Amino acid sequence: MSDNSEPRQTQLYQHHVSAGAKMVPFAGYLMPLQYSGGIMQEHLHTRAKVGLFDVSHMGQLVIRGPSAATALESLVPVDLEKLSKDQMTYALFTSEAGGILDDLIITRWDEETFFLVVNAARKAQDLVHLQQHLSCQVEVLDERSLIAVQGKGARELLSNLLPTLASLSFMNGSSADIGGIPCYVSCSGYTGEDGFEISVANSDAEELADKLLSYDCCQWVGLGARDSLRLEAGLCLYGHDMDDKTTPMEANIGWSISQSRRLNGAKAGGFLGHEPILSQLSDGVGRIRVGFTIDGRAPVREGADIVDESGQVVGQITSGGFSPSLQQPIAMGYVPRELSMVGTVLTAMVRGKPKVITVSTMPFVRPNYYRGK
Amino acid sequence: MQTIFYTRDHEWLGFLGSEVTIGITQYAQEQLGDVVFVELPELGDQLQQGDEAVVIESVKAAGEIMAPLSGTVVAVNESLIDAPELLNSDPQAEGWILKLALTTDVDMSNFMDQSQYQEYIQSGE
Repeated sequence: MSDNSEPRQTQLYQHHVSAGAKMVPFAGYLMPLQYSGGIMQEHLHTRAKVGLFDVSHMGQLVIRGPSAATALESLVPVDLEKLSKDQMTYALFTSEAGGILDDLIITRWDEETFFLVVNAARKAQDLVHLQQHLSCQVEVLDERSLIAVQGKGARELLSNLLPTLASLSFMNGSSADIGGIPCYVSCSGYTGEDGFEISVANSDAEELADKLLSYDCCQWVGLGARDSLRLEAGLCLYGHDMDDKTTPMEANIGWSISQSRRLNGAKAGGFLGHEPILSQLSDGVGRIRVGFTIDGRAPVREGADIVDESGQVVGQITSGGFSPSLQQPIAMGYVPRELSMVGTVLTAMVRGKPKVITVSTMPFVRPNYYRGK
Repeated sequence: MQTIFYTRDHEWLGFLGSEVTIGITQYAQEQLGDVVFVELPELGDQLQQGDEAVVIESVKAAGEIMAPLSGTVVAVNESLIDAPELLNSDPQAEGWILKLALTTDVDMSNFMDQSQYQEYIQSGE
């Protein structure tokens, strides 16, 4: 991703402009930060009804080959052979040193084919990484858009368009024909709500968006609310809450390492950085990502120092903002393990002033994932 | 009746005798988005032109208001502590921020009247 080049537009650019979006450069694309309703309204709308997000800036990749599962397993600490068709998993690309190169969703399309959705800001590096390490075929789906439909009413809306989607449960996908538009629908998202991410040909993206927006409960939601929604859901943002200097255990996402890839597992190790990562899994880590609730109304934002009783800087805030659902500021950041217990009271410095912060459980808002009946 | 002028940083200034009431404009509030917190100066603070006077936090980001004039803080709008959203709903009246007693002569050429300010916004600043 070159910083100098003109930002690209997604297929839905004109749609956003017509909907009153404030467009901002983000990860090499011009993306909607917010629409006329504003971040607060868009956030609460998603929690209550249905938010529509253009996430076409994200990378959609396909890995093909007879040994695709085992090959990919050398780059991610998850058990891909165990995935059945149309099942998906959260995964991390790890580095030799045990850091996180990106986080992604991997879906098994069939025996030899895996569909990857990676972060926009990382897709160029991810592609190089895959090509360097894998001999399978790697295809970039540049001609496809990605539209997320998230919120309490998302399932009802999509079931209206295609009844078979009513039973699609969290982390499962399905090929679908939505009113004549061929799509791949995943039950996944980045909001903590039930919802779907729909991969669709660019040539059909506008028609699909119009179909979804024809329901009164559905409106566009921008990157601003996407960020506050994922923060409430306790989800990491790559490049902020984790990066190549952060290990999975430090980022507190050790759960994403499959049992079979851990020490004494059937396929223990065998991924980049497995030695430092697996030893941290058994020995623990010196610092760890935690959530914070904040006294008062002033948000504590990324970069703020966290200090202990003696005034010593012990960590940093990596994401922070005002939670529209809780009507109070929330944040996440890194602290030494001994200060990571829920209820630990610390101080964050904001413009030279101390703000009382308390280690809190995450997610901040209870998720509404649909896990089937 | 106070006389209203505007700054290039999108504040409005209501002059009445030797006092000036300061707030943000409708345009500024639209740019800021939903305001969730306002940090006000203390009564009696002596502000020099260009000093950080107020911090406004929106859902999006933090922004500062630099004192457009030098003076002593003689009033702050305490309603903003519990209802910062007044800056969005009524920035040019109920959402006023502070009052300064002017300590120096004011160079009015730094400021714009209503029609100049409208032009200024339309010119895309």
